[in-house]
Parts: sequence; structure tokens; C-alpha cells
Amino acid sequence: MSTPDLQTGPDVSTTSAPSPTPPPPAAAVGGAKPRRRGGKATGPRYPAWLAAPLLTYYLVIFVAPLLLLVAFALATQADSFAGEQYAFGFNLSNFEAVFDGLYLDVFVQTFLLAAGGTLATVLVGFPLAYWMARHVSSKRKMLVVLLVMIPFWTSFLIRTFAWKLILDGNGAFAGALGIDILYTWKAILIGLVYGYLPLFVLPVYASLERMDWTLVDGAKDLGATPWRAFRQITLPLTRPGIMAGTLLVFIPMAGEYVIPQMLGGGRFLFIGSVIQGQFIGASNWPFGSAVSIALMLILSAFVVLYVVSALKEEQFGE
Amino acid sequence: MSVETEFDVRFRGVTKRFGGVVAVDDLDLDVRKGEFLSLLGSSGCGKTTSLRMIAGFEQPTSGSILIGDDDAVGVPPYRRDVNTVFQHYALFPHMTVLDNVAYGLKQRGVEKAERRKRAQAALDLVHLEGREGRKPRELSGGQQQRVALARALVMEPRVLLLDEPLGALDQQLRKDMQVELKRIQQEVGITFVYVTHDQGEAMSMSDRIAVMCNGKIEQLDAPEVVYDRPSSAFVAGFIGEMNTMAGTVRGVSGGVATIDVASGTVAAPVDGVHPSGDVLVGIRPEKVRVVADLDGPNRVAATVVTRLQLGSQIQLVAEMADGTTLTAVVPRAGTDADVDDLVPGDHIHLSWSASAPILLAA
Ligand SMILES: Nc1ncnc2c1ncn2[C@@H]1O[C@H](COP(=O)(O)OP(=O)(O)OP(=O)(O)O)[C@@H](O)[C@H]1O
Ligand SMILES: [Mg+2]
Repeated sequence: MSTPDLQTGPDVSTTSAPSPTPPPPAAAVGGAKPRRRGGKATGPRYPAWLAAPLLTYYLVIFVAPLLLLVAFALATQADSFAGEQYAFGFNLSNFEAVFDGLYLDVFVQTFLLAAGGTLATVLVGFPLAYWMARHVSSKRKMLVVLLVMIPFWTSFLIRTFAWKLILDGNGAFAGALGIDILYTWKAILIGLVYGYLPLFVLPVYASLERMDWTLVDGAKDLGATPWRAFRQITLPLTRPGIMAGTLLVFIPMAGEYVIPQMLGGGRFLFIGSVIQGQFIGASNWPFGSAVSIALMLILSAFVVLYVVSALKEEQFGE
Repeated sequence: MSVETEFDVRFRGVTKRFGGVVAVDDLDLDVRKGEFLSLLGSSGCGKTTSLRMIAGFEQPTSGSILIGDDDAVGVPPYRRDVNTVFQHYALFPHMTVLDNVAYGLKQRGVEKAERRKRAQAALDLVHLEGREGRKPRELSGGQQQRVALARALVMEPRVLLLDEPLGALDQQLRKDMQVELKRIQQEVGITFVYVTHDQGEAMSMSDRIAVMCNGKIEQLDAPEVVYDRPSSAFVAGFIGEMNTMAGTVRGVSGGVATIDVASGTVAAPVDGVHPSGDVLVGIRPEKVRVVADLDGPNRVAATVVTRLQLGSQIQLVAEMADGTTLTAVVPRAGTDADVDDLVPGDHIHLSWSASAPILLAA
């Protein structure tokens, strides 16, 4: 085997041995096996071309559309009703329009509702996941996990529409109870929590399942009240799962447009609705693309900030 | 202040059931102040359950538990003046060694500088200076064990509970830690309740051993008493090796019982109640000697079946005329005649001292 080949091959580094300091196994992060030391970093080596299918998929499904989106965002919408005509180029005016006052409000409203929805999901989902992990007998656990996932087997659209019927002040349910919140932000919040709850519950449940509960016994033995043991032991040790769960619900919530449309009655504009409108209604693809990219960038910034701050609080790994 | 009793923990008729399983069965136990008490028994006999009831992680189904003079039933673990060294240490993986050790003091509201000082002193006690800033997983098993010990000791509890703390260590480290644990216990003077299923461990460290079986205590005595005068065949078999012979008491005179066994008669000293009827006679293998002839009391002829080298000793299993076997453990280069040259098939004579046979309830 000639070494020069290995050194110059551009994608060898992606498939060669893992980095010298491997991240600790998930179990160690979760605190399940405190005695386990870092495993050996030498896995089997595979030829680089094995990555080709995945790379191709990634290029076609992710990179190419993204580049297309960027190209559209920098294009100019031609002023003709005849058809969709674009002049590709380097035009930043679409982005300038995004940060116009009007759309800025929509961004703020979107992130406020997504943040509120995420918070509500955590408040409902964490106790549920905790109950599943600690208080359901191991025989019934699979059944309960299944129950959490079952809503996924029905169309998201139909389930959201069902909420519309449930929350309708003139309908059989909310009407009978004298509740009238359809087409308000409360209805949107309920819809968001309902729609995304399983995405939060499952990763959190998984990290609670991995948790070594004798650590909590250890804390209580040393004088910690149940609440302090929870805050000082359970919470930091299951933080990776909680972080994964919050990100999994916050990001799609911020891009949501079905729920605000159906349960908010269009009165609460989400940035997702704006994007949809630009592509389908107004047929302004360049502007729609610019809004999409702006949303992606802002979300990415949020995610980075969140991950960094959460990791700083408790140093895991090294 | 009221007069303190001489006991740190008292069980009164304590029963613990898990569903249909009786883990601890009508148990009475007094743990003396400052003693090193071992709970010894085979797997599933209720050792951990007893310990967890002292710690407060389990509540008895019936009966009462006193810690000091206070009724402990219903008191949660975090309000008990006892601490536990867990079998797998239960060190907090996201905290440094120092923070682990200081954790309990923090819960008590001890101020930070004081906390550090006391945690440091506890780490010094277990010889872990210089490792304060490490995470638990960066330590060896033996070192983790010491951290767990320091973390409990720093609380200066009334009773320290240890659940097979050496179970995960290798043989040599176990031996070292046994000596170390005993030293520390004597140094700090805290009452230790130590759970183990290793009889050697219990023998070498304990002031008293409670031999448990099926949720009950079979015998509670000093190690040498448990060894020399086991109360039952179970205890005798659990602590060390024991030759047992079933027999019938023929008569008792002058503090000696004569018992008919399959291989002849055995004379066993009796103290207290006179035995009668069917009994078991036990003789420790190391009390059996190889002798030149049959001239004298307590001698029997036998044929060597197996011969096993145990380092400085030799274990001989010999068959007597009636087909029953007797095991002897004799020193290699000792007083006994030519044991080094014995091979299976050799005819030998075995003997034991008059005080060796132990009467056990059948
Ligand atoms: N939480 C529990 N639920 C149901 N049964 C239990 C529970 N804890 C213990 N038991 C049962 O109670 C009995 C005693 O268990 P315990 O753990 O006290 O034994 P042990 O003497 O510590 O054994 P080992 O040496 O194996 O640790 C066993 O039969 C066990 O199966
Ligand atoms: Mg046990």
C-alpha cells in the first residue's frame, strides 16, 4: 500500500480511524456505568469508497437543494405576470426585505410561540418520560412507549384537524365545556405540544432509562432531599437527552405552518406560513428562498447558543 | 441528654416481604456501639435488604428498627445518621473526587472552605491525596472504592453500612483493602455493618459475625466462636470446611458424649444441655492428623482417595472402612509422618484431639 495515496486522498480522513480522543460512550455520559473507562479508539478500517452512496445521497438530497435555494435567494423576480421568470445573479435585496419591519414581527412571533410550545412540551413531557422510566413496570414499558408513538401512525394533518373540532367553541367538546380558544395563540400552543410531544418524550425517556438510579440513592444517603437529588444528580446526568429533546421539538416548531394555519385561523402568522405563501401563493420564489435561509441561519444560531450554554453548565466528557 | 444505650442499631422482629418473597424473616439483631459486625450468608439470604432497611431505602413490613434510641421506621434515608458504601460505589460521574466527598457536607449546609478542608482530610485518611480534581472514571476500581469510603466517612455517621464493598476488586487488592478497612474502622471508631458472602473476609475483619440463612440469623458470635462452636451444620459448613458424620448418642458421662457413627464411635465434649437421639458430629479438617498407628483414642484406619496440594498444606480425602470419607488438611513439612509421599491408595491412620469433635443439631 503506498502511503502518498492515503495522504492525498481527499476523503480518506472522513473514513479512517476515529479521532484520537473519542467521545465517551453514551452510557458514561448518562452516568450509567461510572466504572467504565474509555474504550480503545481502534475500530475496523474501511475503504473510503464505502462512503460513496451516503455521500451521493447527501449531495443530492441536501447540498444540491440548498445551493438551489441560495441561487434563488440571490435572484431577482422578473416583473411579469406571464410566468415565473427569474434573473439569477447576486441580488441582496431579497434579504433586505426579509429584515423589514413587517417580517421581523413575524419572526419574533414565530420564535416566541415556538419557545412557548417547547417550554410547555418540556413541562408536560418530562414528567411523562420520568413516570415511564421509573414507575411503569418493565413488563408494561414497551406498551407505554408504543402508546406514545401511536399518534404518529395517523396523518399529522388529520390529527391537527381533529384538534380544530375539539377546540371549536361551537362544537361538542369545547362548546359543552364553555371553552372558546380556537383561533387564539392558546389553541396553537395546544396543537404544538400535542404534535411534538413524542419527539421530546422518546429521547428523554431513553436517557432516563440509562440512568443509574443507585446514584440517586447515594445522594439521598448523603442527606439530599428527593428534590435536591433530582436537581443535582438526575437532571445533570440526563441533560444530553433533554437537550436532544428540546432541539428536536423547537426546530420544527419554528418552521411550523400547518398548526398556526388550522388552529390559529391565519391570525397568527408563522414564518413558515410566509414561506409557504411566497412559494405557492405569491409565486415569489426568490423572496421565499431568502426567508427560508434567514430562518435557517437564525435557528442555527439559536442551536449553537443553546448547546454551548448547556454544555458549559456541566462539563461532560473530558 | 438521655443515657445512650450501648447499641447503635436494634432490629425487633423485623420482617420484610417483597410480594410473596420473604427477604427478612422475624429478625432480631443488636449492633453494638463501635463494633465491626459482618452479615455473612449466601446469595439471596437477605443481607442487602437488612442493610437497606437500616439505611432507610426499604421499610420493614412488620417489626421495629431503632437507630440509637430513635424509632427509624418511616424516617427517610436523608434524615438518618447512617451512611452507605454501595457495592458499585455509586460515585457521581459528573463531579470531581473532591466534590463527591464534599457532597454530603454540602447537603448539611457546611460552608465551602470548611467542606473542602474536611473532604481533604477524609481523602487523606484513605490515602487518596493528589486525586481531588479527577473524575471518578479516571480512577482505578480500588481508588474509586476509597473515594466511596471517604465520601461516607466524612459524614461521621453513627453507623457506616458497607454492601460487599470489595466485591469488584481483584484478590490482592481485596486483601489489602481488608487490612485498610480494619485500620480505618479502628482509627475513626465508627460502627461498621459489613455485608459479605466471603467467609474469609468476615473472619479476618469482624468483631462479630451474623451468619444469615433464609432471612434469619443462624448464629451471631465472635469469629473464633462461630468457627470453633458453630451452632448448626449450616453454619459449620458455611464457615470453613467441616467433616460431618450422622450418628446416635449412646451415652453421656463426665462431659463427654459417646456417639455411634457409621465408621465406629466418636467421643465429643458437651457443654450445657446433654444431647440425645440423632445428632451430627463435626470435625474440622485441620484438626485431623496423620499418625503412625491405631494405638490410642480417636484413631481410625483409612485409605487415601485424593491428595491436593494447597501450597503450604496438603488436603487428603480418605475413605474409612464403612465407605464414608474424612478430609484432613495437614502441614506439608510438619509433624505428621511422611505426608509428602502419600499417594491415592495408600493406607493411613488418622487421629484427632479429644476436643476436636463438635456436636451439631441434626
Ligand atoms: N426490590 C425487590 N423486589 C423483589 N424482591 C426482592 C427485592 N429486593 C430483594 N428481593 C428478594 O429478597 C431476597 C433477599 O434479597 P437480598 O438482596 O437482601 O439478598 P442478599 O443476601 O443481599 O443476596 P446477594 O448476596 O446476592 O446480594 C431475594 O430473594 C431477592 O430476590
Ligand atoms: Mg446483596
